[in-house]
Amino acid sequence: MKRYSVFAVAREALRYHQGWSRAWKSPEPKKNYDAIIIGAGGHGLATAYYLGKNHGLKNVAILEKGWLGGGNTGRNTTIIRSNYLQDASAAIYEKARSLYETMSQDLNYNVMFSPRGVMMLAQTQHEIRGYKRTAQANALQGVSTEFISPEKVKSLVPIINIDGPRYPVLGALWQSRGGTARHDAVAWGYARACSDMGMDIIQQCEVTGIRHENGQVQGVETSKGSIDCQKLGIVVAGHTGVLADMAGFRMPVEAVALQALVSEPIKPCMDVVVMANTVHGYMSQSDKGEMVIGGGADGYNNYTQRGSFHHVEETVRALIETFPIISRLKMLRWWGGIVDMTGDRSPILSKTPVGNIFINCGWGTGGFKAIPGSGWAMAELMAKGHSSLTEEFSLNRFKEGKFIDESVAAGVAH
Amino acid sequence: MLVFKCPYCGIEADETELSPGGEAHLKRFGPGSSDEELEGYLFNRENPKGVHFERWRHVYGCGKWFHAARCTATLEVFGTYSAQTFEPPKEIIDIIKAKRPGWKWRNLS
Repeated sequence: MKRYSVFAVAREALRYHQGWSRAWKSPEPKKNYDAIIIGAGGHGLATAYYLGKNHGLKNVAILEKGWLGGGNTGRNTTIIRSNYLQDASAAIYEKARSLYETMSQDLNYNVMFSPRGVMMLAQTQHEIRGYKRTAQANALQGVSTEFISPEKVKSLVPIINIDGPRYPVLGALWQSRGGTARHDAVAWGYARACSDMGMDIIQQCEVTGIRHENGQVQGVETSKGSIDCQKLGIVVAGHTGVLADMAGFRMPVEAVALQALVSEPIKPCMDVVVMANTVHGYMSQSDKGEMVIGGGADGYNNYTQRGSFHHVEETVRALIETFPIISRLKMLRWWGGIVDMTGDRSPILSKTPVGNIFINCGWGTGGFKAIPGSGWAMAELMAKGHSSLTEEFSLNRFKEGKFIDESVAAGVAH
Repeated sequence: MLVFKCPYCGIEADETELSPGGEAHLKRFGPGSSDEELEGYLFNRENPKGVHFERWRHVYGCGKWFHAARCTATLEVFGTYSAQTFEPPKEIIDIIKAKRPGWKWRNLS
């Protein structure tokens, strides 16, 4: 792999940019790997990357049904924050946020991490109390957040209307070190680094079956033939249920559509991320100037990557009240992704009933922000069989009643 | 947009008139059941990529709960039927079998 640097750019500028090599290789699968990761999205690639980097496991294949980063990694609203209420969540999301800070240097790939600050508006008395509690919890967890006044909100976001009429802004939970990153670059950066370590990223390779004997995984059947493996990681978000079915167990997740949209590009007007959980909407401005808008998930099972129009309408209608400036904007693009929701709205990073099959799923509506932390923890779990970061996210928690209840703490926008 | 015919008032109702109520035909487990049964009842949904039976409520209409059979991979609606039943009626199953050969669900095939 050629390192990217200012000197590389200068060198290539002098020879008509003919010398750039492909960022990652596209090999045919081998017969056998130490570990196979199903799913070349952010979480899958990050898992493979940290398996190699932290645990020296480099005979790894990452199988992808479609194209790399083409699922939820390329469909989210790129928000990064770690202001969660529960200790287990704060630990893994804060690990992820801190890894984002150094990711560009670590991967030698510019992921355009922009710690512009994330604000969650308190628009009801309940939310004020809830977010003050979260701020206190975060202080104990070592996550830097604070509860700020409406005046501070207005000074940080001049385009906001804090007077209502329906939902006035009464304050906000502010995480100044949260922000956004370029989502595709995160997948591409990990892919390039994985490929550089000798791992095989195999795209357009659909897993059609999972082989196991005596409770131990043997390998997978794919559209490119049968591949053996010692360890298998399933990291497929929305299709978790389908893959679990192939392996012969059930997962407590349901697949639903979550949608997002962007406006036409406008001049810079908002340099922080604003989330309004009471009205189900969140918004930030991309580097291109588009307003990136997300809302709540649909309420019914869906695998089609398109959702209900009225949810978009609800989201935009609510945001217009808080941001009157966007009322005349044209919306440019609108898309959906399939997210896997768990009962307590927290992820599952766990061993499974089949030996040496590990699963990383259930990130629901909030997976992008967790990619590096999730990969870090999942790699440790796969390499060592346990990880302090994943312990509480075990599959057993549903049977034992040890939920990590973020559905209350996180409201809707995740 | 999903459109269901409410089996009670007979109206072709848009999704905006309705409220989704999750998977249908769950067997409820309460006191006296095992941990596995209770966990299964509370959390382990079928979550199929394909034919799915659901509960919906005609919330901005007659207010009644009803059942619907739908495909989660295409959003095709196979039909709706009364809430007063423990499993899908024969005519709905016949429609699904005709459109999805080889389809299986629990003990039906």
